[in-house]
Amino acid sequence: MSNQQTHTISILVNDEPGVLARVAGLFGRRGYNIDSITVGGSEEPGLSRMIIVTRGDEHTIEQITKQLNKLIDVIKVQVLSDQAMVARELALIKVNVNPANRAEISGIIEPFRASVIDVGQTSLIIQVTGDQNKVNALIQLLKPYGIKEICRTGVSAMARGLAMVAVK
Amino acid sequence: MNAEMAALERQEEVPDQTLHADLEEELKKEAVLSGSEILLRCLLLEGVEYVFGYPGGAVLPIYDSLYGNRLKHILARHEQGAIHMADGYARATGKPGVVIATSGPGATNLVTGIATAMMDSVPLICITGNVPQHLIGTDAFQEADIKGITMPITKHSYLVTDVNDLPRIVKEAFHIATTGRPGPVLIDIPKDVSNAKTKFYYPDKVHLRGYNPTIYPNGMQVEKVCRVIPRAKRPVILAGGGVISSGPKASEELIRLAEKAQIPVTTTLMGLGGFPGQHPLFMGMPGMHGSYAANHALLECDLLIGVGVRFDDRVTMARLDKFATKAKIIHLDIDPAEIGKNVETYIPLVGDVKHSLAAINEKLETGDTREWLEQIEAWKRAYPFTYKKSDEVLKPQAVVEMIYRSTGGDAIVTTDVGQHQMWVAQYFPFKYPRSNITSGGLGTMGFGFPAAIGAKIAYPDRTVIAVTGDGGFQMTAQELAIVAIHNIPVKVAVINNQVLGMVRQWQEIFHGSRYSEIDLAGSPDFVKLAEAYGVRGLRARTPKEAEEAWQEALRHPGPVVVDFVVPSEENVYPMVAPGAGLDEMIMGEDEA
Repeated sequence: MSNQQTHTISILVNDEPGVLARVAGLFGRRGYNIDSITVGGSEEPGLSRMIIVTRGDEHTIEQITKQLNKLIDVIKVQVLSDQAMVARELALIKVNVNPANRAEISGIIEPFRASVIDVGQTSLIIQVTGDQNKVNALIQLLKPYGIKEICRTGVSAMARGLAMVAVK
Repeated sequence: MNAEMAALERQEEVPDQTLHADLEEELKKEAVLSGSEILLRCLLLEGVEYVFGYPGGAVLPIYDSLYGNRLKHILARHEQGAIHMADGYARATGKPGVVIATSGPGATNLVTGIATAMMDSVPLICITGNVPQHLIGTDAFQEADIKGITMPITKHSYLVTDVNDLPRIVKEAFHIATTGRPGPVLIDIPKDVSNAKTKFYYPDKVHLRGYNPTIYPNGMQVEKVCRVIPRAKRPVILAGGGVISSGPKASEELIRLAEKAQIPVTTTLMGLGGFPGQHPLFMGMPGMHGSYAANHALLECDLLIGVGVRFDDRVTMARLDKFATKAKIIHLDIDPAEIGKNVETYIPLVGDVKHSLAAINEKLETGDTREWLEQIEAWKRAYPFTYKKSDEVLKPQAVVEMIYRSTGGDAIVTTDVGQHQMWVAQYFPFKYPRSNITSGGLGTMGFGFPAAIGAKIAYPDRTVIAVTGDGGFQMTAQELAIVAIHNIPVKVAVINNQVLGMVRQWQEIFHGSRYSEIDLAGSPDFVKLAEAYGVRGLRARTPKEAEEAWQEALRHPGPVVVDFVVPSEENVYPMVAPGAGLDEMIMGEDEA
């Protein structure tokens, strides 16, 4: 479809059982796409913050926002990608190594400011943090060595400056 | 004040359920109570008089507390019957309907009723029992995750895990169900919570941070609307169920707006009764089986004012390239998510439509629509709803017209879903809001009869008629036991064409008359079925018999089932085929 763009939506929700199901279910039944979803605590006890990365045209994003706002447990919704924001993701990458290429891999990950957090006989676990492009780029570079496992957290994001998704 | 307004005022006399102060005081008295006793106290404090339900293992504590309680309980014969009764009660009164079912199958039997209420924005409180908490998640006997199952079809839902939360949850549930865009709220109560005791305290207020519906419209938007309306040469008002939910004041303001600005009005199926059916500015229902005038007004208008509507596919035919393409659209709705969902909106006006309409009426100056009204009048004259009349054959449309004549349109009429529903929409010009009770959104067969029971319980002094089909009636006919045992004088008009008529119609038109599984042979003799329950049964096969049987039915003080035997071949016209635009109406047979 045309005008399909990636959007990052920040949702402040009640920390109640079933809230994730409500939000995910809403996306599912209305045919909205979820690229990634992260949930965790917020600055206020009793409230959680969800970051959802989704794709759609302007109309879809508007509908997503409005439908989310109808959920009783949703306190606030903000489309972060409408403004300046920072978005970060953490990935763990388990890659094959041998004594010969260990140093080479260290050289590759260094400019990414990634770190080795586990060293095994034949594998390393590399931890990288950054935006999705950076993580994708590192994965591409590590592929030739043989990637055994990838685990990505999904995007966590915030508006820059003082704009915040908080209760009025 | 004209006759319509006087009639509307009468509608405001909803059944008196206000609590006497001493009773309220008694109910609020602090005491150590069980969860089930707390639940019933909360219901009484919310002004509930009737609950509809069906007991079972997980709600035994609740039914034990009901024993000898002031609350009146109607024991349905199926949970679906119970919830449609609660729904009919809610639609007739505007007050929330309350239904109780047990865990597992009891709860899942509510699902269709919950979805029906959700689609039509009906306030319901659905109380289900669940297995004790230590058994939840173990696939225990009669365990079902009803909160999970109903998440997409409720406005909100609760699983009560602590008896101390129960009063707050009930209070919130009533608030959520009845405010903003109304809808069903589910409260799932595990058996151990019903049994647990605590000190009862009923909160006065609800505090929900994530729920603040916009009630009053934005003044600047109202001004914009008032600038646009007088400039329109060919304006149309499309009013929907929101006008009914908003209350009688909304209909009053709608009539004022239409009369003041001389704008012709069409109402959706859900909006029928929101504007008087005999009003000269009324064009009938639009859409798939709508009137020629309404559909052509929508095609030609230069301004479309949507009031409490959601522009669904039975109205627009989901052909936006053929829907009001020459018009700017003003959309009044309480639900911001409806704005721009299906059609592009020129001016949105979020708020309770009675307030939005009132604000517009306050400021509005009028334009000149005479030419347009002449055009509408010409369409209405040239293409009214018609069918081939007959003196020998009993026509279903004639039955509906007869019912209208016999009641002067004063009755509450509920319907099932299908051909008879459309004929009621076409040939029964509803006068008042809340007199048309039908499952518009979900299209639930089996809805009409139990909904009529609920409406009649709410208004014992009004004539309540369930117009149903031989298919739909059999889906909830077991509730005849209820009208018999409580002597609830609902009049059931079964439009019996011996087939699933609407399915047959589609198979005839779109599937080359390959009639697949529409023959309802094997249906019971409806007269004998009624009599088996101790309900009066009558049958009519000709226009003359129909008149006699119907008069007898209205005279009879108790409930009656009238079996109107009509031909199978009758189709609903006009019709817009699925995929076609409003300009491609199949007009059907002319009056002979």
